[in-house]
Amino acid sequence: MPDPRDGALLAVRDLHAWYGESHILHGVSFEVREGEVVTLLGRNGTGKTTTLKSIMGMVGRRTGEIRFEGRELVGLASNRIARFGVAFCPEERGIFASLSVAENLQLPPQVREGGLGLEQIFELFPNLQERLSSQGTKLSGGEQQMLAIGRILHTGARLLLLDEPTEGLAPVIVQQIGAIIGKLKARGFTILLVEQNFRFAATVADRHYVMEHGRVIDMIPNAELESQLGKLHDYLGV
Amino acid sequence: MSEIFGIPTQALFGQLLIGLINGSFYALLSLGLAVIFGMLNIINFAHGAQYMMGAFCAYFLLSKLGLGYWWALLLAPVIVGATGIVIERLMLARLYQLDHLYGLLLTFGLALVIQGLFRNEFGSSGLPYNIPKGLEGGRNLGFMFLPNYRAWVVVASLVVCLATWFVIEKTRLGAYLRAATENPALVQAFGINVPRMITLTYGFGVGLAALAGVMAAPIYQVNPLMGADLIIVVFAVVVIGGMGSIMGSIVTGFALGVIEGLTKVFYPEASNTVIFIIMAIVLLVRPQGLFGQR
Repeated sequence: MPDPRDGALLAVRDLHAWYGESHILHGVSFEVREGEVVTLLGRNGTGKTTTLKSIMGMVGRRTGEIRFEGRELVGLASNRIARFGVAFCPEERGIFASLSVAENLQLPPQVREGGLGLEQIFELFPNLQERLSSQGTKLSGGEQQMLAIGRILHTGARLLLLDEPTEGLAPVIVQQIGAIIGKLKARGFTILLVEQNFRFAATVADRHYVMEHGRVIDMIPNAELESQLGKLHDYLGV
Repeated sequence: MSEIFGIPTQALFGQLLIGLINGSFYALLSLGLAVIFGMLNIINFAHGAQYMMGAFCAYFLLSKLGLGYWWALLLAPVIVGATGIVIERLMLARLYQLDHLYGLLLTFGLALVIQGLFRNEFGSSGLPYNIPKGLEGGRNLGFMFLPNYRAWVVVASLVVCLATWFVIEKTRLGAYLRAATENPALVQAFGINVPRMITLTYGFGVGLAALAGVMAAPIYQVNPLMGADLIIVVFAVVVIGGMGSIMGSIVTGFALGVIEGLTKVFYPEASNTVIFIIMAIVLLVRPQGLFGQR
């Protein structure tokens, strides 16, 4: 497994994390370079979501190193981390029922210059424009996912942490999400994606890290995915 | 003298006005409780004591510093709100992970301590506080006599309540508050300092109680137990309106004040209990309250 290199946009080294007394991450190390789409693959309960939440500062306790643009994030509260330009889209989507679609979309404050304007967000997600005054949770699952991604695009964050954006969605919606991730990459966003569905991951990512028991156990470049399919099946138990 | 349903109009509108006055205080206080409960998940039993502190603050500003009613209206909510912020930082912040009951017990204890201290110092007979210059006297509307100060209290309370509702329901700051009520961890991960927002929300809710206390001082006198008597009724109002509902607490506050006033006219025997009877019925028929969602 390669060592995290300096110069990466995000470099995680020997990350441990705890929820209360439970020790969830046992020394996670990986890196994400500027403009890359990288996935964390692995079975349920291997620590993928906890890794994203640790980067975002949303777990109880963490040790090790998380460097974003060279800045250490361990020890910082999540609101400070967001202000550096990291944005999180949670697995459960986190659409607020007491807010309209428009309010949900504009909720995350702008943290840097260079975020997408509303026009550009509507180009990516045309459905949202027609539903602006609806209650956030009245949208379909797919629309809620698009809202959850759309709302972090205007903040100016350069690193997007997407937790299972395709979970529970119809294949045609999954395809749309894949296309959107491609467009975001083309716009220069860096994306760290948690996925269970490696076939989807293969269509969007540059590299894949495989997690097991709270550690990263392997890295597979997307180009080698086909040739290493057997190994991946073993890891994922498919 | 003209009559409606056999009741002299003078008496009817007189009680209606008293109902509206009481309703103004119910609304201001239950609004503060709703704001605090929504954000902190804490049932602030110290609210009555903080209302009393607002009245005392007005009294001290006048007697010690010579600052009159209008200054008190501005300063007392800030000063008492600041004591709320200290309480939140030192005590309440440690309770958010626990059941509602702990916050209720802590604030109940605080209320007893604060009221005890004030009663020890000032007795329970009440200190006078005059109606501010410019709002003395009243006008004859033909069907009733309307004291200026009371009209001011009703209008000011309504304006403050509606302004609070507007900020929470219609502005960006309010969207942060509503979102943080649902999912504080995620709102914080968007870059918003949620712990500070919680602290300020408590300070604001306490400030509303203090504002009500200042407005009450010229009507009910300044008394260490003025809040203890009122807060029980206000909790009934909150239960009827639905815990945490902003508009619910405003509408229910005014409506129950008026219902209480009318009961005094039509069936005085029930006037002290009518709110609790309504509370019992609401709890049986619609436990989440008239405007509550959970």
